[in-house]
Amino acid sequence: MTDTNPGAITSEVVSHLASLARIALTTDEIEKLTGELGAIVNSVAKVSEVATDDVPATSHPIPLSNVFRADVPGVTLTTEQALAGAPEHDGSRFAVSAILGEEQ
Amino acid sequence: MADLNDLTRLSASELATKLSSGEVSSVEATQAHLDRIAAVDDKVHAFLHVSVDALANAKRIDERRAAGESLGELAGVPVAVKDVLCTIDMPTTAGSKILEGWVPPYDATPVAKLRAAGLIPLGKTNMDEFAMGSSTEHSAYGPTHNPWDLDRIPGGSGGGSAAAVSAFEAPLALGSDTGGSIRQPASVTGSVGVKPTYGGVSRYGAIALASSLDQVGPVSRTVLDSALLHDVIGGWDPRDSTSLNEQWPSFAAAARAGAAAESLKGVRVGVIKQLDSPGFQAGVSQRFHEALQLLTDFGAEIVEVDAPHFEYAVEAYYLILPAEASSNLAKFDSVRFGLRVTPEGGGTVEDVMAATREAGFGDEVKRRIILGTYALSAGYYDAYYGSAQKVRTLIQRDFAAAFEKADVLVSPSAPTTAFKLGEKLEDPMAMYLNDVTTIPANLAGIPGMGLPMGLAPEDGLPTGFQIMAPARGDARLYEVGATLERLLEQQWGHTLPSQVPSLG
Repeated sequence: MTDTNPGAITSEVVSHLASLARIALTTDEIEKLTGELGAIVNSVAKVSEVATDDVPATSHPIPLSNVFRADVPGVTLTTEQALAGAPEHDGSRFAVSAILGEEQ
Repeated sequence: MADLNDLTRLSASELATKLSSGEVSSVEATQAHLDRIAAVDDKVHAFLHVSVDALANAKRIDERRAAGESLGELAGVPVAVKDVLCTIDMPTTAGSKILEGWVPPYDATPVAKLRAAGLIPLGKTNMDEFAMGSSTEHSAYGPTHNPWDLDRIPGGSGGGSAAAVSAFEAPLALGSDTGGSIRQPASVTGSVGVKPTYGGVSRYGAIALASSLDQVGPVSRTVLDSALLHDVIGGWDPRDSTSLNEQWPSFAAAARAGAAAESLKGVRVGVIKQLDSPGFQAGVSQRFHEALQLLTDFGAEIVEVDAPHFEYAVEAYYLILPAEASSNLAKFDSVRFGLRVTPEGGGTVEDVMAATREAGFGDEVKRRIILGTYALSAGYYDAYYGSAQKVRTLIQRDFAAAFEKADVLVSPSAPTTAFKLGEKLEDPMAMYLNDVTTIPANLAGIPGMGLPMGLAPEDGLPTGFQIMAPARGDARLYEVGATLERLLEQQWGHTLPSQVPSLG
């Protein structure tokens, strides 16, 4: 794993990550996060010291085989319940602004 | 001096006895706690919302009892609920502005089980936003104050639940523990808290932080009370695919057996070398070793165990957690629930989403989402997330080897007593390192308990003793925990929570 040398955290990297995560960070926030994330990443990179090829990964603490329920309709939310917390709806559907921008 | 007739000073178990005998009504018990909340919560700020239905619910339980109905042991006992758990009759915000005022269309399973068992939800307790933090300072609604010293943190993320029980605002509370959010607050507030085996309590309706680590559990002032609450909330739930479909023993029976034990002969108590660090606060280490001596004197065999990979646990955790959180928090998209902020001049749904998340998430949430997005990025995935998952395997192996030599493993619950509000806010990594004692259990999925082990001599603040057991071995925690609690209280001549300042 030591052959992977992760790139430095720059403000461009943070800005790109913010767009992937759909958070409209301000310039000040990007600058602050760049420094903080750099320090955190330098610290957590330590995990690669012991993560050798012969160690299997664990994604889940208690092994479970796939879990299926019986294929019968269950109790679900009504339309009214599902829409109750929505910022905007038309009575049967969630309402949003344009999906595509003008240039698309 | 506390009024001996004050119903808020009783443990849940004592209160339950008075309720079932008819000496006290649930309305009286509930009113006493609502009065206490009204008297002290402006100082403590444990609650984000106080139920307006609590008295009506208590009245119904009194009526059912009067009608001769057979009720659960805790029926009529008030309980506080961490705001991470969905409640159909109260707003659920997870400490975030993005969910301000949101009332869920369903109850979380642990909450539904509380209601079915006749407990009375008192309100929702404060927490770090989306459970990201160790101090409640990351709550969008302001921090909770430690009842032992109002200038100090109550721990986190479940500082509200821990402060509520230690300030006698509730005898019981629900918490959730992803990296220590039940056990570390218990430690710094002199209360008891348990993180069950992963899958032991349903996560349905618990707003997810890191799905492979989160576990809902009980918070209380006594070991028996946590056991009674655990018995109510635990068990298989078909709505949570990670819930374990098996029978659990009575944890209350285990706690009662532990409290009555005549000796710990034959019990092997493993001290984890890496979590008995010279870097811990002196008074914490002192109280920890005194507790070990107490166990030894009572017949337990103390063995030292080595867990060489624990030194990588915090680092692995702060890769796995942000990765899972960045995915779980993608649901806050301004479409289905919560806040919507439209940027000036409008924009596409993506622009609205980005503006909403910018306005609705606090600094720590943004920090962890960005970190998680980075850890999951193509090119870095193997080096970070992949490596962290391998460390998880190594930590599980360390635990497996340790449990060959010991029946339970022990450590201080937290490296220090409560620090001052604001002290670590500007240094995220220092805040993260605070979780060094609690994180390994979450990574391995094993159960852990924190209980008070005395006040640190240098600052007079509570310290906590952590007990861990193998997966599915939760009963062992209650048994050994109740024994240690009794031994300590015999030595002190009182309970630890009784020593908290009156705040009155």
